[in-house]
Formats: sequence, C-alpha cells, structure tokens
Amino acid sequence: VSYLPFALAVWIFLVGLYGVVSSRNLIHLAVSLNVAQSSTYVLLLSVGYRERGTAPIFADVPRGTRAVDPVVQALTLTDVVVSVTIMGLLLALAIQAHRHRRTVDPEELRALHG
Amino acid sequence: MEVLVPLPVVVPLIAAAALTASGHFLGRRADDIVGIATAAATTVISTLLVVRSLDHDLVYWFGGWTPRQGVALGIAFDVEPLSAALAALAGALTTASFVFAWRYFDEVGTLFHVLMLIFLGAMSGFVLTGDLFNMFVFFELMSVCAYALVAYQVEAPAPLQGAVNFAITNTIGALFILMGIGLVYGRTGALNLAQVGRTLEGSKPDGLILVSFALLLGGFLVKAGAVPFHFWLSDAYAAAPIPVCVLLSGVMSDLGLHAIARIYWPAFSGVLAAGTEELRALLVGLGVLTALVGAAMAFLQRDLKRLLAFVTISHVGVFLAGVGLLTARGLAASTLYVIADGFVKAALFLAVGILIHRAGSGDELRLRGRGHRTPVGAFVLVGGALLVAGVPPLGSFLGWSLLVASAREVGYGWLPPVLTVTAIVTGGTLLRSAGRIVLGWGDEDDPLLTAEPPAEEEEPQVAESRLSPPLLFAPALALLAVGIGAAFTPGFGARATAWALRLQDRPTHAAEVLRGEVPPQTPPVPVHAGMAPYAYGLLSLAGAVLFALFGLYRRRLPELLRQRAGRLLDPPLTVLKELHSGVVGDYVAWLTFGIAALGGLVAVLIR
Repeated sequence: VSYLPFALAVWIFLVGLYGVVSSRNLIHLAVSLNVAQSSTYVLLLSVGYRERGTAPIFADVPRGTRAVDPVVQALTLTDVVVSVTIMGLLLALAIQAHRHRRTVDPEELRALHG
Repeated sequence: MEVLVPLPVVVPLIAAAALTASGHFLGRRADDIVGIATAAATTVISTLLVVRSLDHDLVYWFGGWTPRQGVALGIAFDVEPLSAALAALAGALTTASFVFAWRYFDEVGTLFHVLMLIFLGAMSGFVLTGDLFNMFVFFELMSVCAYALVAYQVEAPAPLQGAVNFAITNTIGALFILMGIGLVYGRTGALNLAQVGRTLEGSKPDGLILVSFALLLGGFLVKAGAVPFHFWLSDAYAAAPIPVCVLLSGVMSDLGLHAIARIYWPAFSGVLAAGTEELRALLVGLGVLTALVGAAMAFLQRDLKRLLAFVTISHVGVFLAGVGLLTARGLAASTLYVIADGFVKAALFLAVGILIHRAGSGDELRLRGRGHRTPVGAFVLVGGALLVAGVPPLGSFLGWSLLVASAREVGYGWLPPVLTVTAIVTGGTLLRSAGRIVLGWGDEDDPLLTAEPPAEEEEPQVAESRLSPPLLFAPALALLAVGIGAAFTPGFGARATAWALRLQDRPTHAAEVLRGEVPPQTPPVPVHAGMAPYAYGLLSLAGAVLFALFGLYRRRLPELLRQRAGRLLDPPLTVLKELHSGVVGDYVAWLTFGIAALGGLVAVLIR
C-alpha cells in the first residue's frame, strides 16, 4: 500500500484547518472548512482502492473482475452530501451576518466571551 | 415486536416531512399539536423499547440484510435498555420543549417544529444504531439541526456567533470521527460495531488502531464538550432559544459520551485490553479537568443561560469520569446520572425561560429581587439548584452512589471527594443566583462576573396582562418532578448495572448481534455503596449553601483575607476567562491541539 494518498489527506486537512484558524471572513471560513472536509474523500477512497481495480459496476464484466470497494464510495457520497449541507448552512449564516451586522468577520460578530 | 425498533427515528422524520408539506396552511397551533403528539408518541415507543429489551438486545437489520455465517453486511439497530432509555429521555425533553414553546414564542414558524422533530429522530437513531457509519450520519443530521436551531433567532448577535462557532467546531469533530471510521474500515472491512470488535480481537494495538481510536474518541468528546474541546458549548447554549437549550443541555451533550461507550466496548475493548488501566487514567483525568473548569467558569457568569452552559460542561466531566472508570457500575452510574440530571437541567433552563418571559431578563444581577414576579419559576430555580448540589436520596443520587461504589472498586477513592468539590461549586453558584433573584440577597453588582454583552435591544416586553400561562409552568414542574422521582424506581441501580455488564460483555454481545444467539440472563448487581454517598451528598449540599453565601457576600469578608485570596485566585481565573475568547479560530486551534495531545497520550499510554 502506498502511503502517498494518506499523506495527501493529512496535508489537505491541515491546509483546511489553517484556513479555518486564521480566517477573518465567514465565506473564506466556510470554504476552508470544505477544503478540510475534502481530505476525508481522499482518505476514504484510498482506503477502498484496489490495484488495477475497475469501477464497482458489475453489469458488463466477467465474474471475478477486480473492482474497488463500493462501500467507501457510498460513504464518500454521503460525506459529500453532508459537506454541502454544512456549506449551505454556513453561507446562509454569513448572509444573515451581513444583513444584520454588516460584517462577515467572526471577530466582529463576537457578542459573548469570558 | 421488532417492528418497533426503527420507529423512534421513522415517526419524527415522517411527521417532520408532513409538517414541511402542510404546516404553512395549517397554522401555528396545528404545528404545535403535531409536534407535541409526535414527540410524546416517540417517547412512548422508546420507553416500550426499554421494556422489550430488558432481557436481551433487540437487533433489527434494515431491509432484511441479516448476517450470513456471522458476517454482517447490512446496517443494524442494536437496542439495549441504556440506549433506549436515552432515546426516551430525548423524546420526553422534546415533548416538554414543545409544550413550553406553545406560550414562550410569540411568533414561530413551521421550520422550528420541523427542525426539532428531525433533531429528535436523529438523536434516537444515533443512540440506537449498531453501525459505525450509520452513527456518523445520524451524528451529522442531529448536529445540522442543532446548528440551525441555535441560529433560530438570528436577528440578535449572540445566536450568529454561537451557531457559527458550534457549526465549525462540531464539523471538524465530525471529520475526526469520519477519518477514524475510514481507518477502522480499512483495517477490518467492517462497519458493524460487533463485527469490528470480532475482527480486531486478538490483534495487537498497532499505530493504525490507536490513531483511529483517538480520532473517534476526540470527535465524540467535541460533541460532549470535554476540555479542551468545550469552548463552543457555552457560546451555543447561551445563544439558543430556551426550548432548544433544553435538548442541547439535557441530552445532546451526553450522547457524545454514550457513543464513546458504545464504540469502546463492542469494538475496541478487546484489542485495547492491555491498556485498560492507562485508558482509565486518561478518561477519568479528562473528566475531572472538565468538571473543574466547567464549575469555575460557571461561578464567573451572570447570564443564567451561559451559567447553565458551564454547569453542563462540569456535569459532562462528571459523566466522562463515570464512563471512564471502565466498569459496569461506572457506565450505569453515568447513564442514570445523565437521565436524572437531564430532567433537572431541562427544568432549570425552563425556569430561566419563565424568568425571561415573566420578569423580562435572564441576567442574574438584573433580576435581583424580581423572583416574586413568577413564584413557579423561582420555585423551580431553587429546587433545581438544590438538586444540582445533591439532595440524598433524590434526583441523581442513584447515579452518584453507583459512581462512588465504582470508583472504590477500581481504587479511585480520590475521585468522589474531587467531584464533590465540583458539585459544591456548581450547586453553590446556582443557589447564589437563586438567592439573589428570589430573595434579593447579595450585592447589586459584582465585578468578578462576566460583563453583559452590549445591550442593543430593549428589554423584551413583559406580558403583564396575560394570566400566568399554565403551559409555561407545567413542563418545568413536570420535569423537576420526574428528575426528583428518578431515584425511586426500585432496584433500578442494580438492574442498570446488569444492563451495562451486558453491553460490556463483548463475545456474548457479538454472538447475539452476528449469530442471533440469545445470551444468558444477567442477574442484577447489588449497588453496595454503603453510607459514603449519603455523606458526600450531605457534604456537598451544606457546602453548596455556604458557597452560595460566599458568592453573595464575598465582598464583606475581611479585607486581609480577600487580598490574599485575590492574589492567589485572580490570575488563573483571569487566564481561564481570557481563553474563552468567543473567536472560532482560537477554538479550532484548541481543537487541533486537543486531538494531537489526545492522540499522543493514547499512543504513549496504550501500547
């Protein structure tokens, strides 16, 4: 097994996290979070990868054809749906922030602390 | 009989869909009625599931995908009494919230009811499922509903901040979980918890297993709100509408801990068996830290919702310590504690809601001496505060006795005294608020307490003309009564311990889930806690009353004493306050540090 995809997943995750930690703009924040979430697609798909495997569609191929794991592909699709939901919610919050507070900077939105 | 199993998820989801389609034509009261009826029905179904699963788990395979030769491919719900009881708690609290919301909101759209119902369905699914990925999906569903509900009153500044912080931190927590699941699947090729446990059994705890366990643990601790993953919690709970707070604080936080138990015992307890001692030290240590930080921060608050949020964090620490003892008694203790305490905390949040509605504020100092405007609200506040401090043998006392017995069983005799201190601080802080609000005691101002957020909206209109609406008071009183009465179910502690043993017996559980073998009966395990829990309970009650007086009249202590104490305590408290900065970037930095530290500790300790 190559470690490259796992290293790539960790790298994408850390890049996304850096964006989230340093962000001063809610839209940038949402996109950064989405980048971090993309790392899980890479991780899941590389977990299910088989050397020289085809897509897991068993209609027109001889029995015993090597295919990649369909379960992780289903997981990834679910994950994509989840990330779109979160993205939509965060962008909606950004719109509300702009409408009611005239800012999208999380630090200026701060009402409670301590 | 098995047909009941998916219903706690299906019923609320169908009702939510029906409301979405028709709610706009039906009007507000129809929405309320559908909400109450659905939540009540779900509660009844979940309670029936508790009764049906008393002797053996109810395993339900969706679509009839039962395991073949002990290999599970389908997705299963695996109902045992402790999980079903938590689902019933979620249902009961949702019912109470809907009843309370009837009068509490002047205006509320169908969306609120829909989100609450989906939230309930997702929570039920989350506790009942026996499948890792299914757990993740319900986790996300319940989280997204919660984010949206926190942001429901989006015109005010606090809900926006609370929802953004909540959504970002918990999404990253969910990513941890998902990565953990991916790695577990990569190793075992299984997602069913029992199947994962069977596959991992006998292998060595190598790097991959430790990393995936740490990721799952960390992800669920974010949801539970354990230090240092807890920062989002106080912002979100302080900003959410009261009926939502009831669910967040009463049950959602604790589901994260229950998930840890449901993952650890069926799946990981075999492969990590050699590191049990170390894992116990780690979890109990985290729990104690959380309990202490939550209690200290609660003392520094004047906004009642935020105060209760920190009390929630402190209690999560207690529950984490209970689960972390890694004994059957400890798990039973935590679950019983969660249930009794969930009702009490929900009642307290409703009391704050009544105060906001009838006396116009949720701020301790502004409410000083105004408690007489709502005798019922004041009564619930005082009663709840006493129960949080601990009144043997009422309320969460049963869980507490089991916790004391369990700590002694594994040689953690120091744990109950430390947790008693946190109970003194949290109970004392709530009693301080109650004393100030109901009796008008204490100073008018206290510079130690966190300043109010800049007020920009005028105080909410206090509806003087209306009669005291019973629908506002009834749920608070009912929840308080159930919270008090929870301790009086005969033999509950012994039986809960037996259920916990059943959950923890990995080989028998796996045989039951994967091969359908009915396990032998587990006899009830007597509690045997002796008089110690009573002593601790009375001590914490007396201590809490004294601590409340200290909080009220702190500034009348002799000057010299105050200076000394101030020099000692002010710097750490100031730092602690500064850390709760309210900025999501800081929280995520803590999250990253926390997961790295957790992974490091797991790797170093368990090998």
